[in-house]
Amino acid sequence: MSIWEYANPKKFMQTSAWALPWVTGLTVLCLGVGLVWGFFFTPDDYKQGSTVKIMFLHVPAAMMAINAWVMMLVTSLIWVIRRHHVSALAAKAAAPVGLTFTLIALATGALWGQPMWGTWWAWDPRLTSFLILALFYLGYIALWNAVENPDTAADLTSVLCVVGSVFALLSRYAVKFWNQGLHQDSTILKVGEKDPLDPAFYQPLVVCIFGFIFLFLALVLLRTRTEIRARRLSALVSRERLA
Amino acid sequence: MIALLVRDLRLAFRAGGGFGLGLAFFLLVAVLVPLGVGPEGGTLATIAPGILWVGALLACLLSLDRIFALDFEDGSLDLLATAPLPLEGAVAVKAAAHWLVTGLPLTLVSPVLGLLLFLPADGYFWLVVSLGLGTPALSIIGAFGAALTVGLKRGGLLLSLLVLPLYVPTLIFGAEVVKRGAMGMDPGTPLALLAAITAGSAALLPFAAAAAIRVNLR
Repeated sequence: MSIWEYANPKKFMQTSAWALPWVTGLTVLCLGVGLVWGFFFTPDDYKQGSTVKIMFLHVPAAMMAINAWVMMLVTSLIWVIRRHHVSALAAKAAAPVGLTFTLIALATGALWGQPMWGTWWAWDPRLTSFLILALFYLGYIALWNAVENPDTAADLTSVLCVVGSVFALLSRYAVKFWNQGLHQDSTILKVGEKDPLDPAFYQPLVVCIFGFIFLFLALVLLRTRTEIRARRLSALVSRERLA
Repeated sequence: MIALLVRDLRLAFRAGGGFGLGLAFFLLVAVLVPLGVGPEGGTLATIAPGILWVGALLACLLSLDRIFALDFEDGSLDLLATAPLPLEGAVAVKAAAHWLVTGLPLTLVSPVLGLLLFLPADGYFWLVVSLGLGTPALSIIGAFGAALTVGLKRGGLLLSLLVLPLYVPTLIFGAEVVKRGAMGMDPGTPLALLAAITAGSAALLPFAAAAAIRVNLR
C-alpha cells in the first residue's frame, strides 16, 4: 500500500468516489456548527463589536488560500518528477479554488476593515501580498487555459508554479520591507503566550478552519474527478475520429 | 555564445522597431505623467523614483515577446536547441542581448527623464545604479515568461499577466533604492537585495526557461 497507487486514475476514481460524500458531509457539519456557533453563540468583542465574527470566514479562507498554493506546488513537483497525470490534474483543479479563497479573504477583510480601520483597503504588507497571490493564481489559470495540448500545459504550469512560489515568497518579504503593517499579527498560534485569543472565539474558529480544510478537499476531489472524466471523454472522441 | 550574442544584437539593430520603441515608450511615460499629475515640482519629485521604475519596467515588457518569438517562427530556435551550446546558455545570451538593447539604454537615458520629473539631486546616482543593477533581472525574468508563452498564438497579453507579478520584488527594491537615495538616506539594504535578486535570477532562471522552451518545442 503506497500513496502512488492513487496515481492510477481508476484507483483514484474509486477511492475518491467513496471519500467524496464523507468529506462533503464533514464540510457541511464543520462549517454548519462552526459558523452558527461563531456567529450566534460567541460574545461581541469589547472593542470590535460584532464585526469580529467576520474572522470565522476570513481566517480559514486566508489560511487555505496559501495552503492551496502549497498543495499545487507539491502536486506540480510530483508531475514533473514522476509524471502522474492525476497529480497534474489535481493542481489544475485546485487553482480556481485557491483563487476563490484568496478573493474571499480579501473581500471579508475589506468588509471588516471599513468599520474598523476606516478604509476598505490599505497598502499593508499582508493585504498587498494577498493581492499579489491572487495575480499569481490568475496567471497560472490563464496559462492552463491558453495551452491546448494537455501535457504541454501541465509541464508549463508546473514550471510556472515552482518559479512563482519562489517569487511569491520573495514578494512577501519585499512587501514587508516596503511598508509597515496595519494588519494585526496572527493570534492563532499564540496559545499559552501573552495576549492570546479568547477560548470563546478560539474553539469555533478551529471548527471553521477544519470546515474550510474539508471544503477545499471536497472541491478539489470533485474538480479532479471532473477533469479526469473530461480527459477520458476527449480520449474517446479522438478515438472515434480515428476509427 | 559570442556569435549568438552578436547575431541577436545585429538583428535588434537592423530589423528596427524593437530597439527604439522601448526607449520612446519610456520617454512618453515621463512626459505623460506630469501632464496627468500636474506640473507641481514637489509632487513630481516625490513620485519620480516610482514612475521612472514603473516606466522602465513597462518599456522592458514591451519587447519581451520578441526574445524567442521570431526565432521560434523561422525555426532557428530548434537549431539552437540541438546546437552544442546548452539551451540554458542560449537563453542567458538572449536575455543578455535583450538587456543590451533595452535595459542598458533605459539606464543611460534615465537621468534626463529624472530631470523632467524634478528628481532630487541626490537621486540621480542611485537611479542609474539601481536601474543598472535591476534591469538585468527584468530581462532574465522576462525571458522566462517569453519561454513559457513562445508556442502560443496570442501570447503577448498572457506574457504580461505572467511576468508582472514576478517583477514585484525587483520593482519594490529598485524604487526603494532611488527613494532612499533621493531623500539622502542610506540605500545599502535595498541595493544589496536588488543585486541578490538579479544574481539569483541570472543563475537559476535560465534553467527554468530552457525547460519551458524544450516543452514548447516538443
